[in-house]
Amino acid sequence: MNLPAMRAIYLFEMARTRRTLLQSIVSPVISTSLYFVVFGAAIGSRIDEIDGVSYGAFIVPGLIMLSVLTQSVANASFGIFFPRFTGTIYELLSAPLSYLEIAASYVGAAATKSIILGLIILATAALFVPLRIEHPLWMLLFLLLTALSFSLLGFIIGIWADNFEKLQLVPMLVITPLTFLGGSFYSISMLPPIWQTVSLFNPVVYLVSGFRWSFHGVADVSVAVSLAMTLAFLAIFLAIVSWIFRTGYRLRS
Amino acid sequence: MTRNDQQGARRRPGSAIAAPMQTIIAVSGLCKTYASGFQALKSVSLDIHQGEIFALLGPNGAGKTTLISIICGIVQATSGSVRVGGHDIVAGYRAARSLIGLVPQELTTDAFESVWATVSFSRGLFGRRESPQYLEKLLRDLSLWERRESRIRTLSGGMKRRLLIAKALSHEPQVLFLDEPTAGVDVNLRRDMWQLVRTLQASGVTIILTTHYIDEAEEMADRIGVISKGELILVEEKAELMRQLGRKRLTLQLQQPLPAIPPALAAHRLERSHDGSEITYTYDTQGEGGGILALLEDLSAAGIAFRDLQTTQSSLEEIFVDLVKDER
Repeated sequence: MNLPAMRAIYLFEMARTRRTLLQSIVSPVISTSLYFVVFGAAIGSRIDEIDGVSYGAFIVPGLIMLSVLTQSVANASFGIFFPRFTGTIYELLSAPLSYLEIAASYVGAAATKSIILGLIILATAALFVPLRIEHPLWMLLFLLLTALSFSLLGFIIGIWADNFEKLQLVPMLVITPLTFLGGSFYSISMLPPIWQTVSLFNPVVYLVSGFRWSFHGVADVSVAVSLAMTLAFLAIFLAIVSWIFRTGYRLRS
Repeated sequence: MTRNDQQGARRRPGSAIAAPMQTIIAVSGLCKTYASGFQALKSVSLDIHQGEIFALLGPNGAGKTTLISIICGIVQATSGSVRVGGHDIVAGYRAARSLIGLVPQELTTDAFESVWATVSFSRGLFGRRESPQYLEKLLRDLSLWERRESRIRTLSGGMKRRLLIAKALSHEPQVLFLDEPTAGVDVNLRRDMWQLVRTLQASGVTIILTTHYIDEAEEMADRIGVISKGELILVEEKAELMRQLGRKRLTLQLQQPLPAIPPALAAHRLERSHDGSEITYTYDTQGEGGGILALLEDLSAAGIAFRDLQTTQSSLEEIFVDLVKDER
């Protein structure tokens, strides 16, 4: 393992976060705070408790998941797309690094940023609503697995995209709608039966449900299924990254 | 002629004994066909000697950058093999790439990074321990030390070019690839760059450069390779190349204008200037002047006197154009 090289990439990516603190951390925190103000305080005060949890507290896991999913994808995709766009990718490809080390460095940095962001949003939420975390270790595990899985997805998008429009395409047209419709702001048990069935095809439902269970002990689907689905995402994205590396797709002509 | 001198010996300036050359890069039967079907390299074989400056010449699209990119690990070869320092670039890619530094043709940099951060990153990328002392010396040698905290986007084009060299040298490579190092830089910077390359060679670094500037190859290279349409059509010591392929031209300024070339001189294939005041005789340098003597005798016999003469030798550029023209 070329650990010094992995460390160099990791620190380089983390330094980029520090340089773009407004965009990387402050902006998601402000938008999440706005969600709390609008849905938690203004609208939430008129909504009944869900499964014995106040609406403001109920949406916290979903809001964290929303940010972690979108930021994992955004950070990892931009991290590998930018060197491809500027041409500095030549340095990565000519360095004594394996594909695994390249992916682990970028995905590791993106996941770290998302986890930090998730924890900051959690701390922010605690300012607005009383919070309890029933299963803190499970909460951290779900956070870690989700951040890793979707950073891998971001890495794949960053390699696939050949322009900025494509880079934004999947996060805007796929990730965000799936997250909003994945029970971030509601329990899918509140939907008519047909839409409950449809929702089960939305992979984000399982992530949000498992994560919410770690907070409130209530879930839309079984925790074991949520965990299995999260691990399945991880496996699928790892397989795709492995294929990319085996074929040199979009990296080595 | 591509491999004829690869196992040979080269006489260094000032050295009385020819020293055997060690091969640091061995390219064998390298082919590259892109997905579009374009065949960029056709069974290229080449050995690069340790410590030499090797210039790779060729027109646009000849395959120069593809060849460099394969050796450096950026492009995958379709077939063939490359060994760097004895390490196969696929099976032993870590060891092979550790020996190589690459300065790309384009000024590709992280615009928002500082000079210091980017060279430190490059060193780390190649798995080398941090060495602020080495990086400081490197930046000082390249006149970038004063700008170490500057963002790269604020640097001039020449500084960015030097920065790319600093990044390529940051991990102390044994082989340095310079892809069109002086493209678009001014004359003074070109001279500085040439000096830098000579200094690097003196420190033991093997340098492979591609260039469009023939005078650059003529000025710096120990050996020259010419690539055209994906084929390496020639590899030769520069001096030997000039000797073998160089043409000399003898121009005679006549005392009396010559209305036409006399039939007795036809065998010499003389060119007559439009006003007849000059005739030019072209001969190859391996003729050792025998042709000139015969010409002068024939001129004397024909009663043609001259008042002055001038000789010129073909430049590498003319040799290159001739070679590539033959390939077309």
